[in-house]
Amino acid sequence: MVPIAWYLLLAALLFAIGTVGALTRRNGITIFLSIELMLNSVNLTLVSYSRLLDDRTGQLVVFFVLAVAAAEAAVGLALFIAVYRHRRTIDLDRVNLLRW
Amino acid sequence: MTDLLWLIPLLPFLGAALNGALGPRAPKGLVTAVGVGVPGLALVLALGILWDYGTRLAPAPFEQVAYAWTAGPSSIDVAFLLDPLSAVMLFVVTFVGFWIHVYSVGYMGHEGGYQRYFAYLNLFMGAMLLLVLGANYLVMFVGWEGVGLCSYLLIGFYYDQKIPPEAGRKAFIVNRIGDFAFLVGMFALFATYGTLRYTEIFAAVAAAPERATAPYAFGLSLAAFVALCFFIGATGKSAQIPLHVWLPDAMAGPTPVSALIHAATMVTAGVYIVVRTNVLYQLAPGVSLLVAAVGAATAIFAATIGLAQDDIKKVLAYSTVSQLGYMFLAAGLGAYTAAIFHLGTHAFFKALLFLGSGSVIHAMAGEQDMRRMGGLKKALPITYWTFLLAALAIAGIPPLAGFFSKDEILAAAAGEGHWLLYAVGLATAGLTAFYMFRAVYMTFGGRFRGTEEQRRHLHESPPSMAVPLVVLAVGSVVAGWFGIPQVLAFGADVNWLHHWLEPVIAGVGDTAHAEHHLPLAAEWGLVLLAVAVAVGGILLARRIYGGDRALEGERRVVSALGPAHPVLVHKYWVDEWYDRLIVRPLALIAYGFWKVVDGWIIDGALHLTASVTELTGDLGRFSTTGNVRNYLLYFFLGVVVLLGWIAL
Amino acid sequence: MIEVAIFAIFAALALASALVVVLHRNPVYSTMSLVVTLISLAVLFVLLGAPFIAALQVLIYTGAIVVLFLFVVMLLNIGREEIGEQRGLVQKGAAVVGAGALLVIVGLSYMEGYGGAELAPLDEELVSLTGLAAELFGRYLLTFELVGLLLLVAVIAATVLAARERPAVPTVGRDLATAATLEPGEDGLVSERPDDEGDLAGSAGVAGGAG
Repeated sequence: MVPIAWYLLLAALLFAIGTVGALTRRNGITIFLSIELMLNSVNLTLVSYSRLLDDRTGQLVVFFVLAVAAAEAAVGLALFIAVYRHRRTIDLDRVNLLRW
Repeated sequence: MTDLLWLIPLLPFLGAALNGALGPRAPKGLVTAVGVGVPGLALVLALGILWDYGTRLAPAPFEQVAYAWTAGPSSIDVAFLLDPLSAVMLFVVTFVGFWIHVYSVGYMGHEGGYQRYFAYLNLFMGAMLLLVLGANYLVMFVGWEGVGLCSYLLIGFYYDQKIPPEAGRKAFIVNRIGDFAFLVGMFALFATYGTLRYTEIFAAVAAAPERATAPYAFGLSLAAFVALCFFIGATGKSAQIPLHVWLPDAMAGPTPVSALIHAATMVTAGVYIVVRTNVLYQLAPGVSLLVAAVGAATAIFAATIGLAQDDIKKVLAYSTVSQLGYMFLAAGLGAYTAAIFHLGTHAFFKALLFLGSGSVIHAMAGEQDMRRMGGLKKALPITYWTFLLAALAIAGIPPLAGFFSKDEILAAAAGEGHWLLYAVGLATAGLTAFYMFRAVYMTFGGRFRGTEEQRRHLHESPPSMAVPLVVLAVGSVVAGWFGIPQVLAFGADVNWLHHWLEPVIAGVGDTAHAEHHLPLAAEWGLVLLAVAVAVGGILLARRIYGGDRALEGERRVVSALGPAHPVLVHKYWVDEWYDRLIVRPLALIAYGFWKVVDGWIIDGALHLTASVTELTGDLGRFSTTGNVRNYLLYFFLGVVVLLGWIAL
Repeated sequence: MIEVAIFAIFAALALASALVVVLHRNPVYSTMSLVVTLISLAVLFVLLGAPFIAALQVLIYTGAIVVLFLFVVMLLNIGREEIGEQRGLVQKGAAVVGAGALLVIVGLSYMEGYGGAELAPLDEELVSLTGLAAELFGRYLLTFELVGLLLLVAVIAATVLAARERPAVPTVGRDLATAATLEPGEDGLVSERPDDEGDLAGSAGVAGGAG
C-alpha cells in the first residue's frame, strides 16, 4: 500500500518544478508547458483525495479541469501567435510594452 | 394699531429686498416707488402708532414679541419695545429718514447705481429701526451691526473710485473696535442677570442696586464696567475721541447718506444706548463723568478742526462730531432728557445742513471746495434760506431749535457745578457759530469764485430736493419748542419732552437725579451769555468772511493762527499717529502670518504631502517592468504568503 | 508490493521528465518530455482508481493539447533559446526560494494530516464508469454544459486572435466598384504582404477548434 501522502508529495513537487519553470524561463512555449505541468499536479492531487475520501467528486473536478486546460491552451497559443506576428520573438523578456 | 409695531422695521427690509432683487436694470420709476414708498409707508404707520400709543398706552411701555426663535430663555427673542424713549427715536428716524429718501430721488437721479442706492438705504432704515425699537440688547445689537454694515456699503458706494472703498473699510473697522467692547458689556450683563431684555435688566438693577455696584472686574463695579464698555462702543458708533476718525472720511459717500446716517440717525445710536442704559450710568458716577469729559473734549476738539476745513462736507462732518460731543456731555452729566432733546433738534438742522450742501454741490456739478464757491445766494435762494436757518439753529440763536437744546445742556453743566465743562461747552458754542457762518459766507456770500462753466451750470434744486429742505427747515424751527425749560418759559411748565421721557429716566435708589437749580437770575444770565457768545461768533465770521472778503479773510485767519493752522488742517494728525502706531504694526503681523504661517508652514505641509506621494510613485513605478515573468513572480509570492498564513 | 514498485517507477519518471520540461533549452524536447510526464501521471491515476480519468488524460492532454503545442512550435519555428545575458538572477533566485517555501508549507501540512495513514481498500463504486457518468450528467449537468460553452468561446477567441489581418473593406469611392467584384478568396490587395504567413491563421484556428 502506498501511503497517500506520497502521491500528494509528488504532486507538490511537480507543482514546485512547474512553478520554477514558469517563473524562470524566457521562452514562452516553455512557460506554457510549465503551467500545464502545474495543472497536472493539481489533477494528481485531486484524484488522490478522491481516493482517500472515497468520493467521486475529485475525479469529476479533474474532468472539468481537463476541459478548461484545453480551452486555455488554445486561447493562450492563439495569443502567442498574435504576439509573435508583431514582435517576431517569443522571448517574453522582449515583450515589455508596458514597461515604465 | 400699536400691534402693528413689528411692521415698521419689516417694511424697509422688504423694500430693500425688493429693490435688491429687481437688479440694476429695473425701471427707475419702480425703484423710486419702492425705495421711497416703503419709508413713506413706515412713516405713516409710525405716526399712527405713535398717536395710538401716545393717547392710549403711554407712558407704560408696550412690548411685542414678533418672533420667538428660542425654546429657552426668551430674553433674546425678536421683540420690540415702544416706550417714551423709543417713541422719540422712532419719530426722528422715520420722519427725517423719509424726507432724505425723497431728496435722494433728485440728488441720485443722474447717478449710476440708483437701484443699489435705494436698496442699501432701505436696508439701513430697517436696521436703524431694529436698533431703536429693539426690546432687548440683542435685537438692538443686530440693528447696531446692521447700520454699521449699511454705512460701509453706502460710504463705499462709488466703489470704482479709490477713496470711497477705503473710507468704508475704515468706518467698518473702527466701528468694530467699539462693537467688541459693546459685546463684552452685553456678555457681562447677561452673565450677571441672565437676560438681555431691557425691562428685566432695569427692574433687576433697580430692585438690587448693591449687586450692580459691587466690584466686578478690573476694579470696577458691574455698572461701571458695563457702562464703560457700552460707552466705548458708543465712541465708535458716534465718532467720539478716540474712535472719531472714520466720520470725516465717511463724507466720500453720497451727500444724502451723510445726512441720514452720519448726522441724523446712525451716529446718534451711541447716545441712545447711553440714555437707554441710564440706570447703570447713574450707578457709575465715575464713568458718567468720563462720558461727559470725553464728550466735551470731543466737542471742542472737532470744532477747532472744523474752522480750518475747506471742504464744505468736512466742515459739517466735524460739526457733527462736535454736536455729538454735546450730547454725550449731557448724558454724562445725567441730563438724559437734554441729550435726547439735542439729538432730535440736531437731526433736523444737521440733516438740513447736509442736504443743503448737497444742493450746492449738485448745483456746482460736484465741486465741494468752498474757496471756489461764493455768491450762490442769488442762484440758489431756497437752498440759501434753509441753510441759513439751519446755521442759525445750530449756532443756538433763539427761538430756533438749537438754542433750547444746547441751552439745556449748558444749564446742566453749570447746575451741577462743573464749571470747566461749562466753559468748554460755551467755547464750543462760540466756535460752532463761527465756523458755521464761515461756511455760510464762503459758500453763499460775495461774488462767485468758480469757473465759467460752473457758473453756467448753476441751478436751484428740483422740487424733490427742495421740498425736504423746507420741511426740515420748519422742523429746525419748531423742534425746540417741545422742550422749553421752565426757566425760560417764565415758570410755566411747558417742558413737554422732559415730562414725556420722565418714566424712562427714573432715578435708581438713593442716586435719584435731583434737579439742581441755580437761582433764577443766574440761569437767565447764563442763557444771555450763551446767546451773546453765539451772536459774537456770527459777527466775527461776518467781519472776516462777509461780503466779498472770503478768501482774503481766510488768508488773514491762516496767518493769525500761525503754526496752529496746519495742525488744525491735518486734524491734529490723529490719523497719522494711528497709522504709525497701530495700522502698520498690524499690517506687518498680518504679512508675517501670510508669508510664514500660510506660505511656509501650511502650504509647505501640503507640498510635502504631494512630494512624498510623487516620490513614492517615482520609485514605485520601477516595479512595472512590463515583463510578464516578473508579474508572475509577484503573483506567486503573494500566493505563497497567503497559503502560509492560512496553513500555519 | 507491485503497487509500490509501479508507483516508484512512474513517480520517478514523472519527476525526471518534469525536470527536463523545465530545464531543457529546446522547446521541442520540452514538449516531448511533457508527454512522458503526462503518461506517467496517467498510470498513477489508474493506481488511484480513476481509469477513466487516465484515459481522458492520454486522449485529451497528450493527444490534443500537446499536439497543439507541437503545431505551434513547428509553425513558428521556435529554435533553441538563446543563452542570453545573465540578468534576471534575482528572478530565478526568488522563484526557487518561493517554490521551496511553497513546498515546505504544503509538505508540512500534508505530513501533519495524512502522514502514513493507511488507505481503505479500493471501492468498486469509485472506479465504475457508470457511477461517474451518472454524477456527471446528474448533479453536474449544468457545469458540463457550461464547460461546453467555455470551449466554444475558446474556439472563437482563438480564431479571432490568431487570424490574419484583413485589409479594411472599402465602403466609399471608386474602390466600391472594385470591391463588389471580389471573388471569394481574393482580398483586393494589389500585392501580397511580404510577411504573410500563409496558412498560419487558418491552421492555428483549426487546431484550436479541434482541442
